Amino acid sequence: MQLFVNIIVLASIYALIACGYVLIYRVSRVLNLAHGELMMLGAYLLLTVGSTFSGHPFIAIAVAVVLSACVGILVYVFLMRKMTGEMVLAAVLTTIALGILLRGLVVLIWSAQFQYPIKSLGFVNESIALPGGARVSTFAALIVLTAAVVYVSLFVFLRFGRWGVRMRAAGQSPLLAAQRGINLHAVYALAWSLSTLTGSLAGMLMALDSGLDATMIIIGLKAFPAALVGGLDSLAGALVGSLIVASAEVLLIHFVDPLLSDVVPFLVLIAMLFARPWGLLGTREELDRV
Amino acid sequence: MFKATPRASGYLRTGYAQDFALTGTRVERFSLFIFVLALLLFPLVASAFQLDIACQVFLATIGSLSLMLLTGYCGQISLGHSGLLAAGAFTVGVLFREAHAPFWITLPLAAVVGGVLGVVFGLPSLRLRGLYLAVSTLALHFVVIYLGGEYESKRGFSTGIMVDPPTIGGYEIASPRIWYFILLSAAVVSLFICLNLMRSRTGRAWRAIRDHETVAEALGIGIAGYKVLAFVISSAMTAVAGALFAYYRNFVSVEAFSLFLTIQYAAMIIIGGMGSLLGALLGAFFVTVFPYIIEAGLMALPGAQRYANVLFAVNYAAFGVVMIAFLILEPLGLVGIWRRIQSYFLLWPFKYRPASGSRK
Repeated sequence: MQLFVNIIVLASIYALIACGYVLIYRVSRVLNLAHGELMMLGAYLLLTVGSTFSGHPFIAIAVAVVLSACVGILVYVFLMRKMTGEMVLAAVLTTIALGILLRGLVVLIWSAQFQYPIKSLGFVNESIALPGGARVSTFAALIVLTAAVVYVSLFVFLRFGRWGVRMRAAGQSPLLAAQRGINLHAVYALAWSLSTLTGSLAGMLMALDSGLDATMIIIGLKAFPAALVGGLDSLAGALVGSLIVASAEVLLIHFVDPLLSDVVPFLVLIAMLFARPWGLLGTREELDRV
Repeated sequence: MFKATPRASGYLRTGYAQDFALTGTRVERFSLFIFVLALLLFPLVASAFQLDIACQVFLATIGSLSLMLLTGYCGQISLGHSGLLAAGAFTVGVLFREAHAPFWITLPLAAVVGGVLGVVFGLPSLRLRGLYLAVSTLALHFVVIYLGGEYESKRGFSTGIMVDPPTIGGYEIASPRIWYFILLSAAVVSLFICLNLMRSRTGRAWRAIRDHETVAEALGIGIAGYKVLAFVISSAMTAVAGALFAYYRNFVSVEAFSLFLTIQYAAMIIIGGMGSLLGALLGAFFVTVFPYIIEAGLMALPGAQRYANVLFAVNYAAFGVVMIAFLILEPLGLVGIWRRIQSYFLLWPFKYRPASGSRK
């Protein structure tokens, strides 16, 4: 039972992060390898905002979420907009370079020490007993809840929302979308802000749950196989992929070797790339040239 | 990507032999001679610290040349470079620890291990392109690092494996000067391997694959074979670089082969200039020396001691900024800048080359 709960929690973490990869890839065909760093940045923003708005934890969280969405827009406007039409490798390397830059900046601004934003916000992370003898911490449960809410709202938004439809159109054919008067730059910027927002949400909740330092990037990177296993352009796929990767990871760690933790998602990824490179639920596209 | 270097008028190639010659004009030969002389005399005047940097530059050169073969010439993106370096280094470490093998066994074996891994890394390239290929090599990087870490912890070398310096006839190679010449010659040998590959059938096939796969296949080039060959040669060279690194540092540990190292090598070929061996050399030099420049600059500021413990963070940030700057402002890299300077002087007092009738 505890194993099952662990799987669900880990899968929600991965799913919450993976939808950021999917959103950006689906709309602009760019793989954002700085997602882990942006997620960490969101968590650190919460740390700072939390100490400014001490006593009003919910205002602090709201402000931090808005700030992180702004970070996403800034990244697009000042960086990725310049990379439209460049080589795949160049765009990916730009995001990697951004990631390195953020890593450096985060340590410079907030130092490399382990921090607990939960203290400055004044929350208590109690553990909840579940039926079946399993336990789960409050914020871990909150992560599961948030992932569910985020996914439902994203589905609704992409299906019915005006901008959601525009995003899908831009992803399908940028040329035709632009012909119909859709502001591509605005759509891309929106995708970046949404992706950073969801990633930061994951980062903040994880930081509240278990503290914060630079190793959070690894989790961001491990969520990437989840996105790819499900199909890089499919939100539902990201959910399925997260479940698969999380259960493989939890089970293998439990029954085989704890050292495997960092490598399992990538083993799943390799298997998937050999069998079905476009992912479980992804569209089979002409895999792009260099 | 690049056409022939711009030249002053009066130099025309009249035969195929000249097309294949490594140096064309007298000025080229002379400047090359000066450069080689400078390289040979450098250890006589350099301090131990400068020698160490030079050795690192040579090691990086081997790695960046091999990545340039793969990515710059054959067009296959790889993000598994530090995994391959680690494979070479660990071959040395494991063979030395388990069998006390001398270097003339470990180095060729490192190349073999690299080549075999090259097949493994290269097989996905037959099905995957671009981004997906990059991701699969990235995944393999984690697998190699995991295996290395597993060996370390299972055998009880949790902090890393010590490797004794190699010996020739009872004489131990430990002096920095000798290492300088060993690594210099290794770098030169790999440069010649690359130059000759580029002037031969293989290099032309790789460039054809990079420029257009379908056309290359229509021309009768066996795509699958040449792609895997590119991975094998590049990986073998990289693994040898990793093995030399292990001997040079006398120490192997997975900590040294992080994802950041891969990114550094990718940065070398981007900053240097894609599709150019000169770019690989310039990039290796730039990326290796860059952190030391940052450190020197930071230490020159007032209150230097306060910055000492955030040095690595400053390095990261500065490295990211430089990489972004090159990607956005100068996608052709240092080679692009160099070519622009060249043509500025060649064309002076004019600004543009004539529209027709000239080599581009």
